[in-house]
Amino acid sequence: MTTPPLLSVRGLGLQFLGERTTTALTDLSFELASGEVLALLGESGCGKSATLRTLLRLHAPQRTRITGRIEVEGRDVLALQGCDLQHYRGGVVSMVFQEPGLAFDPVYTIGDQITQAIRAHEGVDRAAARQRALQMLERVQIPQARRRLDAYAHELSGGMRQRAMIALALACKPKLLLADEPTTALDATVQIQILLLLRELQRETGMSVIFVTHDIGAAIEVADRIAVMYAGRIVEENSVAGLVAAPRHPYSAGLLASTVGAAQRGRVLPTIGGAPPDLAALPPGCAFAPRCEAADARCRMEQPAVVRDGAHAWSCWNPRPSSELSAPG
Amino acid sequence: MSAPDPSLPALVDRGGPAQPLLIVRDLRKHFTVRGGMFDRNAQRVRAVDGISFTVAKGETLGIVGESGCGKSTTAKLIARLLPADSGELVFDGDGVGQFGGMALKEFRRNLQMVFQDSFASLNPRLTAIETVAYGPQVHGLARPAALARAGALLARVGLAPEQFGSRYPHELSGGQRQRVNIARALAFEPRLLILDEAVAALDKSVQAQVLNLLQELKAERGLTYLFISHDLHVVHYLADRLLVMYLGQVVEVGPVDRLYGHARHPYTRALLSAVPSMDPARRTERSPLAGDPPNPIDPPSGCRFRDRCAHAHAACAAVAPVLRETVAGHWAACHLDDAGSGHPEAPARAAIAFKASFA
Repeated sequence: MTTPPLLSVRGLGLQFLGERTTTALTDLSFELASGEVLALLGESGCGKSATLRTLLRLHAPQRTRITGRIEVEGRDVLALQGCDLQHYRGGVVSMVFQEPGLAFDPVYTIGDQITQAIRAHEGVDRAAARQRALQMLERVQIPQARRRLDAYAHELSGGMRQRAMIALALACKPKLLLADEPTTALDATVQIQILLLLRELQRETGMSVIFVTHDIGAAIEVADRIAVMYAGRIVEENSVAGLVAAPRHPYSAGLLASTVGAAQRGRVLPTIGGAPPDLAALPPGCAFAPRCEAADARCRMEQPAVVRDGAHAWSCWNPRPSSELSAPG
Repeated sequence: MSAPDPSLPALVDRGGPAQPLLIVRDLRKHFTVRGGMFDRNAQRVRAVDGISFTVAKGETLGIVGESGCGKSTTAKLIARLLPADSGELVFDGDGVGQFGGMALKEFRRNLQMVFQDSFASLNPRLTAIETVAYGPQVHGLARPAALARAGALLARVGLAPEQFGSRYPHELSGGQRQRVNIARALAFEPRLLILDEAVAALDKSVQAQVLNLLQELKAERGLTYLFISHDLHVVHYLADRLLVMYLGQVVEVGPVDRLYGHARHPYTRALLSAVPSMDPARRTERSPLAGDPPNPIDPPSGCRFRDRCAHAHAACAAVAPVLRETVAGHWAACHLDDAGSGHPEAPARAAIAFKASFA
């Protein structure tokens, strides 16, 4: 790559301190180019949301230990303080949360909150900011946007609320949007609308997006690249087409296979046995080894190294054979 | 598996295989919001507005629809967790809660429910084995026998009783808790199991395990499932027949294969195609359905779907369509399928359907 990436994460570790120290992220490294959409895919507790929260510096410093390095446009995010941090949150990187009903303040109208965010970042007057807020609501295709500007979050339906949340996140033209399961709480019919909207807005603005989801279907709809996470590590990373066609890590393969579809009707679903590990007591070797059919003694003792092949990266001692039909990655 | 004991007689098939296990007739439930009985401004949410269907013995009936369409209310009405405003239930030929019919306590042994939130539906003060043994004891089974039965059931759902039996709900993972819920439901040896979004909160890999377990249990015990879900992939996998609800009413019901291939109602077609594509080369380009589901307090006149329907016509606003059988076993409530409805597109489509029924 000739241009430096927009976001570069190197050896990121995150521990929650308390009675038991929980390791949420271990040695996480990835890069994101400008205008690229990366999906973080994994089950609950794998560290996908923790990654986003770390990127936005939302974890309370007293109770967390963060190691490694995060750079956005060459600046060290973990060193940001005061005004710089405030400008960074919302101005450079902003976030869409899973539960828009909880993310909005219930005592201010949607319009007030978007206006406030714009005024906090840009020196514009109230009227101009409100005008921008209206444009944003129109842009996310909220019908009767002018009226909705004076609505409270509880007066909107789930889909509408998520649209308003996206409008709020994009109000200050961030370069990177973090979307934390934005469609999980929505109906299938509304989910597809929001996915299409995100894809359209991304194309228009050219921003980068990190899209966290547990739904492979949603990831395929919006992402260029998928990183599969397990127990706080990225276990496999590839272009969407490449990952779907030829997963190398047994966990990615299992996740793909256990996604229920019409094809398996009447047949027994292939499953991954067991459950995700306890993050307070991670095994010394590969965290997936206890659930893995291909695991041997080495897997249980030694953490697998990352193997790179072009855009494709995986960390497994016994990867599945690469298929000859693998799509160009 | 557990030996029949005199205090808890086995439930027997009474009506024979041709008798539907459950008949629901004109079930209705309206909730009053804002204001009470004497408030003239009281508004009513028509959560379930006159639905009728049957569940045959040994089948899995899937109920799908968007949030707020009344799926879960229907489940609660059937389980009698909520009193219905009107309507009747017939379980294997016996009216439920009627004079001369089946007593509620007896009915509840025949029918058990598994809920979405595996944590909220378990008593935090009871261990797994006590949870499962509780119900049979209430129904008169001696404690040692109930505990033995609970242990065997826990083992059957994949939780070794010596390892998991003494654990409290907070010591179990989501998938394990849902297994306890399933074991608890099975402790009565019920004939009908209502699964209300029972796998929705589980991770994909765990979800597949629980779905497999449900399939095994069904085959093993001859269970009948009422499977409520918003996940169209899961319903397609598990259900034999599908019932589609929209704003408290049934819009279409039919065999799963038929509905996924030849849905008659525009809403069903839109809903079933609103799933993310699994092929990166063929992403979804257009959303099949615009907008959110309308407010059930004030549904549109006539056909409730007409606001979002591409085929809406004046006839749709004037008269509410009723369920009509298009092909044997396949019912849809849409004017397009009724040549006499006055909808301009109807006669042509009805002719096609008529031909298809002989194909």
